[in-house]
Amino acid sequence: MPQNNKLLRIEELVLHFNTTHGPVQAVDGVNFELASNRAVVILGESGCGKSSLAKAILRLLPRNAGKYSGRVYLDGRDVMLLTDEEFRQDIRWASISMVPQAAMNALNPVIRVGEQVAEPAIVHLGVDKKEALSLVRKMFQHVGVPDDFISRYPFELSGGMRQRVAIAMALVTSPILIILDEPTSALDVLTQANIFNVLKRLKKELGISFILITHDIATSSELADDVAIMYAGQIVEVSDAYRFFDKPLHPYSQKLMASVPRLHGTKEPEFITGRPPSLIDLPKGCRFADRCPARFEKCVEDPPVVEKDERKVKCWLYS
Amino acid sequence: MNTLKNTFREIWRYPSAVIGVTMVLLLVLVSIYAVIKIPYNQAIYLWRGGEDVWGANPKFAPPSWFNFFSTQKQPLSFVANTTDGTMNKKVTLGAQNTNTINISYSFDYQADGYPQDVLINFTSKYAQKQPFVSINWVAPDGSNTRIDNLGIGQQQTVRFSQDQQFQQSLNGEDPIQTLFNDPKTNKVMKGKYQVQIVGITFEQGSDINAEFIVQGQVYGLAGTDQYRRDLMVALLWGAPVALAFGLLASIGTLFTTMIIAAIGTWYGGWVDALIQRITEVNLVLPYLAILIMVGTFYSHSIWVILGVTIVLNIFTGSIKSYRAIFMQVKESMYIEAARSYGASDARIIFTYLIPRMIPLLIPGLVSSVPSFVFLESTLAILGLGDPVLPTWGKIIDDAFTNGALYKGYYYWIMEPAILLMVTGLGFAMLGFALDRIFNPRLRDI
Amino acid sequence: MVAPVKTKDVEKDKRKVLLSITDLHVWFELRRFGFSNAGHVKAVDGVTFDVHQGETIAVVGESGCGKSSLMKTILALYKPTTGKVVFEDLDLAELDGKGLHTYHSLVGYVQQDPYGALPPFMNVRKILEEPLIVNGVKSKEERDQRIRKSMEEVKLTPVEDFLEKFPHMLSGGQQQRVVIARAMIMGPKFLVADEPVSMLDASVRVEILKLLRGLQETHNLSVIYITHDLSTVSYFSERIFVMYAGNLVEKANVRQVLDHPLHPYTMALLTGTSEPDARNAETFKELPPGEPPSLVNPPTGCRFHPRCSKAIQGLCEVKEPPDFEPEPGHLVACWLYQ
Repeated sequence: MPQNNKLLRIEELVLHFNTTHGPVQAVDGVNFELASNRAVVILGESGCGKSSLAKAILRLLPRNAGKYSGRVYLDGRDVMLLTDEEFRQDIRWASISMVPQAAMNALNPVIRVGEQVAEPAIVHLGVDKKEALSLVRKMFQHVGVPDDFISRYPFELSGGMRQRVAIAMALVTSPILIILDEPTSALDVLTQANIFNVLKRLKKELGISFILITHDIATSSELADDVAIMYAGQIVEVSDAYRFFDKPLHPYSQKLMASVPRLHGTKEPEFITGRPPSLIDLPKGCRFADRCPARFEKCVEDPPVVEKDERKVKCWLYS
Repeated sequence: MNTLKNTFREIWRYPSAVIGVTMVLLLVLVSIYAVIKIPYNQAIYLWRGGEDVWGANPKFAPPSWFNFFSTQKQPLSFVANTTDGTMNKKVTLGAQNTNTINISYSFDYQADGYPQDVLINFTSKYAQKQPFVSINWVAPDGSNTRIDNLGIGQQQTVRFSQDQQFQQSLNGEDPIQTLFNDPKTNKVMKGKYQVQIVGITFEQGSDINAEFIVQGQVYGLAGTDQYRRDLMVALLWGAPVALAFGLLASIGTLFTTMIIAAIGTWYGGWVDALIQRITEVNLVLPYLAILIMVGTFYSHSIWVILGVTIVLNIFTGSIKSYRAIFMQVKESMYIEAARSYGASDARIIFTYLIPRMIPLLIPGLVSSVPSFVFLESTLAILGLGDPVLPTWGKIIDDAFTNGALYKGYYYWIMEPAILLMVTGLGFAMLGFALDRIFNPRLRDI
Repeated sequence: MVAPVKTKDVEKDKRKVLLSITDLHVWFELRRFGFSNAGHVKAVDGVTFDVHQGETIAVVGESGCGKSSLMKTILALYKPTTGKVVFEDLDLAELDGKGLHTYHSLVGYVQQDPYGALPPFMNVRKILEEPLIVNGVKSKEERDQRIRKSMEEVKLTPVEDFLEKFPHMLSGGQQQRVVIARAMIMGPKFLVADEPVSMLDASVRVEILKLLRGLQETHNLSVIYITHDLSTVSYFSERIFVMYAGNLVEKANVRQVLDHPLHPYTMALLTGTSEPDARNAETFKELPPGEPPSLVNPPTGCRFHPRCSKAIQGLCEVKEPPDFEPEPGHLVACWLYQ
């Protein structure tokens, strides 16, 4: 299939989880694309399924995973067709790596930081320990961690430093794509800004592509070239960042943008009434309909994805 | 509470838990049954035993259902009586106040084994002159053996196996075997036997009554011990004793330990340090040895033992693990909030800390019940059990003292042992399942 | 609608001073191996300010700046090491049991993590009843009435639906409303809100902040709003205090701080705060290097000097700057403005 220089192309990705209350349809038919050396941010509130999307892309399935289907084209190759072992060797961490949520708290407290970052290199690149450590030193330079931190333990580092270490761990195997799940949600303002500086520099200097998953609209603009809005397991809008932040199309996107408090704002921020639907008990038709101010009769049917000037919206208002 | 309902629902998902719950429920039912069927006083009375209570039973008799499994059917005991009419009694009046009383009893003997013993209990009424009886034994093949003739007192028992006159008439052969033996095949002669007693009274108003007892080789559901006591009494009664001891000790230690740990953790400082030091000293003390000392020098009463057990168990290692959990819970935000709206220390400990802890402690509570049950049995086996109360440990103790394993009375040890195992298993399985259910919430601390 | 918080001109602030903090120091002893004294954590190291009746103050700072300790001292959970904290006429350092008890009923505490702030084994009714019982409201009817009123105020209606629920059955926003209801139920004179919305979803944050603002206006409450998110302060505060390493480095009206911040640290905070703007992706932010200092051994002189691009050699690392007032009502602790 012609990919026209798209690095990543996701088609109809589905991931459901089985629970005692019924299947949780966390990722329910997700489609988007990512070109090389660009960053897409998946914006959504808690419970929309965005963390599950990261897991679905990297095939990190929990024990109660149910339906799992779709196509994920990486550089033209559908990686969903690979076996688990092939996926583990070729894709996970070799081509796509991830900085999971609260990664800075997930570092092994009894192993030195340098060794932890070296581990993916040893496993995936097959290098010996000495070479791995020199790679670690290089990565630390990229993320801005001083060399002497290699022999320290995680508890000796601050939150911001630990997050940089986690990013270094994702970098050490020179992947072409990094998925970041809420990389800065627990960090202070200045630390957060520093981390984004690091990510911007990595994008510029190493040509890596990013998928940034977050609920923080303001900080997402620091990295985003493209924006995808996720709601109730589906992507409801995809757009390039400039046009999105200027004029979002989907009513949900509009309400999200309106809810962001501004430093120098004159308008009072709005909030959205109601709650997102439970991923177990999804309504028929448009999933945002019952909270949408622009709802009309057509909305009882599932809206199509409309493409307009290379922006996509899943809404009857634009069909 | 809501969590209780959820807990029950979750228990259903684990087969081990269901089995555990079933076993525990069975135990509870048995306990209730025991206490109702044999009230406490009666149990003590029965257990004290004595010939008048258990005289009809054989000694060391295995349970009667053993007969299902053996080709050789062992006899059961049975009793016949002149007072309730099961034995025939005919009084023939004679001259000069001399009456002849004919007592006879026939029975059909079909067992393959010999009875343990045959006895006749005579009760007679007289003023000065003793009545006189002679006892004959008629076998199915018609042979008639004279057992004995003797004068009888007001209460007299003729025990065939020990009757001197009868033994002299034999040539060193076993009396009971001879009575029931078929000389041709040398095996038990099956058929209709009859015992005939001819008694003569010499006074007016004098009377003789007899009770005829054949002591079998097997008895009842559980067998008997060296005092001929029906083991079922002890097995049944052992259940409520075990449960009560286990639960009381468990709950008693749990609550006191928890409260002390909470107080220590909350107040910190020297209170905490003191409690920890006491605990450490207590951990080193050999508490079985102390219990033995208390039992030997002070009292065997089960309440005393229970009390000492609880006291010794308050400052155990659990204090340290509770303390660890409490220290985590203490840092919770809602505890801080409670302090900020002015809750007193006591209120925080009892309304916030402890209710938070209880679900976490229930698995431990359930799992510790068997250890206390075994403790009680251990003490009984060591000879320190309550002498009055029929408990499982006591049965094992008696069995041990009487060399049950050596003599082959396996049922005597197996029955209480199996019951102890079932108790332990039931609670343990339930405890493990509860642990698995409650454990996810540990993450919520 | 314009930014609705009316800024009261500080010089003419005729409102009564509710809380007065003078040169407050809160130090914690560091204990190594339980025996020797290894120094102190100087969490709050010389803080002075006043809070007037009906005023909302935002205390802004990053983690490790001491704002939590400041807040807990105001809540009388910690005792001041030196300095005075005076609430109306009560000196917090001298309060005994009964006085403390009264004080606790005058201050409400809204915490950061709504789920952690609520005891998981109590339902909403019991949670709200606790402060009432603790503070001696004996009659059950009165308690029920106050609970009902409190829940209506935070818009947890219909009340019956929520009374029997346990915290894990509520959404984050609803949980936070219960926390607020609990803080309000004794009718306090002021609230301390510690990052009340940072753990909530973006769309819910605004709702809760509006609720807090509504309550503040209705009851003329004073609010101390602690946050690290500068973008929310213009909706919910009159004055901002910027805290760094145990000191307040800038105190001013919201507009003064947001429009022309004076302290280099405040400027850095504003630079670091993002707004949704696609151009952000193409520019790198200029940020001070390094990290906030340890509170055990803070730098000498001005505590920000190791990271400050405008530090004056020979002055900033030697002497701690006092408060300067380059414009009325705008106080900065920085040698640049002497």
